[in-house]
Amino acid sequence: MSASTLRIALVGNPNCGKTALFNQLTGGRQKVANYAGVTIERKEGRFVAPSGRTLQILDLPGTYSFDANSPDEQITRDVLEGNYPGEAAPDLIICVADATNLRLHLRFVLEVKRLGRPVVLALNMMDAARRRNIEIDVPELQRLLGMPVVETVAVKRGGALALIQRVDGEMPVASAAVVDNPASRADLHAQVRDILAATVTMPRQTAALDDALDRWALHPVFGLAILAVVMFLVFQAVYSIGKPLTDAIGDGFGWMGEHVSAWLPAGPLQSLINDGLFGGLGTVIGFLPEILVLFFFILALEESGYLPRAAFLLDRLMMSVGLTGRSFIPLLSSFACAIPGIMGTRSIQDPRDRLATILVAPLMTCSARLPVYALLIGAFIPMHHVLGIFNLQGLVLFALYAAGILGAMAVGWVIKRIHRDKSEHALLMELPSYRMPKVRDIAIGLWERGAIFLKRLTGVILALTVIMWAISTFPSPPAGATGPAIDYSLAGYMGRGLQYIFAPLGFNWQISLSLIPAFAARETAVAALATVYAVGGDAGTGGLAHALTANFSLASALSLLVWFAFAPQCMSTLAVIRRETNSWRNVAISFSYMFAVAYAASLLTYQIARLLA
Amino acid sequence: MVDRVHDAHAADPIAQRLRDLGFVDGEPVRVVAIGPLGADPLLIQIGSTRFALRRSEAARVTVRQEAA
Repeated sequence: MSASTLRIALVGNPNCGKTALFNQLTGGRQKVANYAGVTIERKEGRFVAPSGRTLQILDLPGTYSFDANSPDEQITRDVLEGNYPGEAAPDLIICVADATNLRLHLRFVLEVKRLGRPVVLALNMMDAARRRNIEIDVPELQRLLGMPVVETVAVKRGGALALIQRVDGEMPVASAAVVDNPASRADLHAQVRDILAATVTMPRQTAALDDALDRWALHPVFGLAILAVVMFLVFQAVYSIGKPLTDAIGDGFGWMGEHVSAWLPAGPLQSLINDGLFGGLGTVIGFLPEILVLFFFILALEESGYLPRAAFLLDRLMMSVGLTGRSFIPLLSSFACAIPGIMGTRSIQDPRDRLATILVAPLMTCSARLPVYALLIGAFIPMHHVLGIFNLQGLVLFALYAAGILGAMAVGWVIKRIHRDKSEHALLMELPSYRMPKVRDIAIGLWERGAIFLKRLTGVILALTVIMWAISTFPSPPAGATGPAIDYSLAGYMGRGLQYIFAPLGFNWQISLSLIPAFAARETAVAALATVYAVGGDAGTGGLAHALTANFSLASALSLLVWFAFAPQCMSTLAVIRRETNSWRNVAISFSYMFAVAYAASLLTYQIARLLA
Repeated sequence: MVDRVHDAHAADPIAQRLRDLGFVDGEPVRVVAIGPLGADPLLIQIGSTRFALRRSEAARVTVRQEAA
């Protein structure tokens, strides 16, 4: 780090556009969305200013005040006061404020000013302010605040040029530090009121569009109906848009596998490439389109500002099962992956609400389960149309998602029963203005998710697939053996051992075996089954779906679907629970309750389905 | 218009947070929407910001009729 490096921290109220500005400045690709509390950790980036100086930018979680009461707000406070371990206080603070919401945001600006450090105010979302005919007298604001004020539009290319120039220029003079106490804080509101009266004219308090949309979106009856329709459409779309693409990719890999192996001499290498790589990995990669469709909707919803509305509508319901409306967004992100979901719970102030949310988050159907669901549904559930518009496969998928949600509610309710504390839990959640999702942000988000998926595929999933192939191939059957070769392999023995545990659920030994790699990454169950059946020679030309329908019953398939809905899976999730709660006890609790629930639910499903069949 | 925010108990963090968010004497407030179940939570507009508050939180804020 050179001596001329300037250390700059971005601070401000939640959802004022700090991270968008950070991305503008550093060319970074941090996640932005339209709700309070997207950024939960400090993030760092750097760029070289026109003067040649290196600027090191720190993006911090948003906070309403220094009276921090959630873990992410605490980080912001510690960094600014120079109390963050291993980090000196920043040289310069850029305080970001939403120009359409200065009454709230200016108070924090004043609070930051009292730290007695150099501050520049970035008036962000100036485009929205102009659209709403909000007039701000910037020179006067600058004079009253005693700090430089720069207009920015963080979501537009080049919207932060003025800010870069200002930051790169002369260092602003710090004002005197003021000791923070509740009495002096009460004055801040009076100061804000005076400043606003002198500098800002607002034709109306809120955007007319927001009022109009919220009349419907938050309506007690229509609001819930809209929410249900939105969620349902998302899952239908995953199936009807993603599925045909998935099939095309699967066929493509099957064709490639055949042609490549035609060039290879028969033997272990050919078997590895055809059965292990094309059979196993090819099946998993086919699910990329479905995952991307799901993420497209989640990202668009995040950007639009609709999610906090959904949280508002569902707060009472979630409270009755021991959660909070604030759990909604972490739980919704858990549909993508439980790991960011569990990390997102940092924006829940209340420790008990937070723990409850962490414990139920893995029950939300994450995108890694989608390949397993899609495979089994595609193989076992007929492509009927119900009531003319819904397709039966889509309905089953929806039911599985619903099972996860109902399971989470039940678990939340039990946790609430066990922890009978009567203390109060706050909601206190800001509802942002609606915003049109930006194509660029969604594209970046999709690209990143796709890249993560492919990285997992070529890393852990590839390794596990090769191991699965190896244990299904070796040791070779003894001379004179009569059964299929795979019965004598290590995989055969392990699978049959596990079958003692899982036979009551209707799992054959191949399924039981595939549960082991699924614990590392759920998608691998698909690859493992594909490999085992391909090595066993059952796959034939019809692919994995055919091999499955030929080898086990509908009851087993349903039971396996239910198992995946509830089972404690993916080591990474357990590792994140350990990191976020700092306790092995919570890891043990979530593992064992999920195992018990999954076992019981699968057992019931299998036995009932067998009776009905 | 807000009259004042009461502490429900000593050193009440929720009351402090409400005050930080701008629920202070003389600030106009308005109920924008109510939740679908049990009319809870409430969506309160203060200035140009909208906050979702549960009834128990909102109960800390006493209001008075705006002088005409």
